[in-house]
Amino acid sequence: MTSSGLFIYRRLASPLHSARASVGACWVLALTAAAVLLYNPLALLALLAAVLAAAVGAGVGRELAGALRTIAFVALPIVLVNVLVSRQGLTVFARLGDLGPFGQGDLTVEALAYGADIALKVSVVILLATLGSLAVDPDELLRGFRRLSFRSALTVSLALRMIPLLAADARCLGEAQRTRLHPPSHRARARVALLAAIVASSLDRAMDVAATLEVRGFASGSRAPRVRRPLSRHDLAFTSSAAAVLVLAIAGRLSGALSFDAYPLLAMRAGTGTILLCAALAAAALLPFGNRRGVEQ
Amino acid sequence: MPLLRFSGVTYEYPGVDAPALSGVDFELHPGEFCLLAGLSGHGKSTLLRAACGLVPHFYGGRFAGHVVLAGLDSREHGPARLGAVSGALFQDPETQLVTSSVRAELSLPLECRGHGAAAVARGVEEVALALGIDALLDRSTHDLSGGEKQRVALAAALAGRPELVLLDEPTSQLDPVAGDELIGLLRRLNQEWETTVLLAEHRLERCLAAADRVIALQHGSVACDGDPHTFLTWASRRVPTLQTPGAKLFALAGLADQPVGVRQARAQLRARGLLDARTHLGPDARIGAQEQRGRRSSPLRAIRRRRGKPAPALEMRGVWHELRNGPSILRGVTLTIERGDTVALMGRNGAGKSTLLRHAAGLLAPTRGRIERAGRVALLLQNPGDYFIHERVLDEAPPRALREVGLAAMAERNPRDLSGGERQRLALAIVGAGRIAPEADLLAPPSASLRGADLPPRDGGGAGDAALAPPAGEPAVLALDEPTRGMDRAAKAQLAAELRRRAARGLAVIVATHDPEFAAACAERALLLADGCVIADGPAAELLAGGWYFATETSRILGGEAGAVLPEQGAELLRARAAALPAEDCQALGAEVVQ
Repeated sequence: MTSSGLFIYRRLASPLHSARASVGACWVLALTAAAVLLYNPLALLALLAAVLAAAVGAGVGRELAGALRTIAFVALPIVLVNVLVSRQGLTVFARLGDLGPFGQGDLTVEALAYGADIALKVSVVILLATLGSLAVDPDELLRGFRRLSFRSALTVSLALRMIPLLAADARCLGEAQRTRLHPPSHRARARVALLAAIVASSLDRAMDVAATLEVRGFASGSRAPRVRRPLSRHDLAFTSSAAAVLVLAIAGRLSGALSFDAYPLLAMRAGTGTILLCAALAAAALLPFGNRRGVEQ
Repeated sequence: MPLLRFSGVTYEYPGVDAPALSGVDFELHPGEFCLLAGLSGHGKSTLLRAACGLVPHFYGGRFAGHVVLAGLDSREHGPARLGAVSGALFQDPETQLVTSSVRAELSLPLECRGHGAAAVARGVEEVALALGIDALLDRSTHDLSGGEKQRVALAAALAGRPELVLLDEPTSQLDPVAGDELIGLLRRLNQEWETTVLLAEHRLERCLAAADRVIALQHGSVACDGDPHTFLTWASRRVPTLQTPGAKLFALAGLADQPVGVRQARAQLRARGLLDARTHLGPDARIGAQEQRGRRSSPLRAIRRRRGKPAPALEMRGVWHELRNGPSILRGVTLTIERGDTVALMGRNGAGKSTLLRHAAGLLAPTRGRIERAGRVALLLQNPGDYFIHERVLDEAPPRALREVGLAAMAERNPRDLSGGERQRLALAIVGAGRIAPEADLLAPPSASLRGADLPPRDGGGAGDAALAPPAGEPAVLALDEPTRGMDRAAKAQLAAELRRRAARGLAVIVATHDPEFAAACAERALLLADGCVIADGPAAELLAGGWYFATETSRILGGEAGAVLPEQGAELLRARAAALPAEDCQALGAEVVQ
């Protein structure tokens, strides 16, 4: 799935891969919208569990597990910064004294909880983006956009293609420098030189790719034709799932069943209704993965 | 009416004074299969770029004359318009795939030209079936092998059913099997669809038999334009390095009518009584013997055999490379390479050659097994440009190393401005030179290495002598990964000579290559790798004489007899046979030689 640590789409035998790209993207966006709308940690945990289970169902669980390690580097600073910067909350668990222009350094439980909640939200969004990049065909998706703006969509498509190529180039350049008999004596200078070589290599590549596009008729810039194909069972299942997730998230937010307030004191709904709603949210997201009929690589 | 016409085309790239093309005139008619021959830097690629309109529209520069493709003058129509009539395939398949999936790749040129959805779907299916890549349609382009990528790129070039296909060394990165498949495919397209083919290639022996016509370029001008026989006659007189090995074999043996392919050469030799009618052509039973010999070479036996001798330059014992979530790339490779050995590492794309060399150099660690090295292993990776991080040749390698590879005069040039062969030599200087004190640099005399003055003979001499030791500071092993990509025959000969010279100094040389001719010219021993295993290990003369694909043209012509793999060896064999013929036959052959 990954090449040089990058997340790249590959066709796999899974329900999400079998759905058309626009439907897969909508499903990912619906879950993302739910994660953005909701602050209740139980709901966010339900979404996190749903995303991880969906990744397993899509055959990219290992990749998402790898992404979790990276997310820790993003989530931890969010929690720390919020605890240190926020002056809200009434339950103080540590006093750092007078911090001069920053005022009193009182660390509160509420700031810690809110930081963790935001970190959880960011983690879910990042994982969803990762899942989308692994399981939604970018070419098929961009073909739809090409009808609106051919060149912009193709540029994005090219950029997606160039990222792993440039990563491979950087790896080759790095290997070549490791085999040099006379490596540059100054480490920082060597890194700058290597970076310059990578940039030069990427320019060479860009020139070659541009020449290829020219001879393929890119300059004629015709609109991509509309491709009509019948909705598959997976298209219908993921569309329904996306709609259900959105409805549940909006209902939970408007009804207050999934409410969460961190300041001034922690206040979170965690009753049976909330738990059932969270379970329904996860189930709605995961139901399409139960149907593997017609799944092909 | 010609499909393609060049009239007085002269072209200079921007910032370059010398013309890349100079007064080029020729016409190409529908259905022709035309080969474009010439040494590196003599204008083949530029001519192809001009034919598809990239010159001058994309590259700029000064352009004179006219290129007319299917009635469209390239002065008035750009590459996009000309692309409706022509498809182009260049050397590097990586830069010719612009989307992430094969289906999207094949659809793109059709969509760019405004075809409807049904036409796009049909065009994709048809071209995929025609090129035998229908099973790849839903694969990601990232997952394809080099050969598959080149096929997909060719399919994308052909998707719009162009009348003319322009190809710039499309087989340079392919193994012999994939290369032959690609040429066969082009011939089929040419014969069945009447697609006109203009193909630039260095390894002419691969495609000369398929061509109707050859245009040879020298210094940007058309120096020869005729059928393959005319070209071979011209090449033997004017540019011998353009001769195919088969033609060279005949020329050295003093035989007239140089053959354009193996089949014709064998027929001619049979007609002259120089080849037994029953001589077997194809994989030889000897390969099995080599395999067994390779198996017998266990580590313990090797240790016993070497008792009293210095440690080998490189020893691998049961080396495995297993990907964490994927297949095994190397499967228990055991091999010993002595000082002064020259070893050719051959096998199909993906057989594990590059991985083996990376393990040898310590860039990768085996997941199982052991590697012992007598010293540093200098590795020259596939793309010499990856080594260049400075703006000046002199900053890349010490002066003595530059003198050794014959680049002292280019010390002030930018490495990226060097030709393919020069780049390879500079990379060799970067990785392969000994550690030299600055004062030694100043005092060292210029080397005659590339003048061939001190070259050891091809058959080795002292090269395999265990007493040899490389000069202090030099690497114990020099490993090269596909060093001849895009090189012409003259540059390859220079490189082979340089490698033999280094081996004579005690370095062990391992070259991973797809080019059997180069392997035969530089190596005494050959290893055949398949699916991560060494399946054959023996003298190059034996291994390169006994196969269909991993064999030189000389050995394919002579059926591997007497281990003749190079034209010189084959010619000697033929002369000996001619001398043994009855008197009247001998006289006839003598008359032929006189003619």
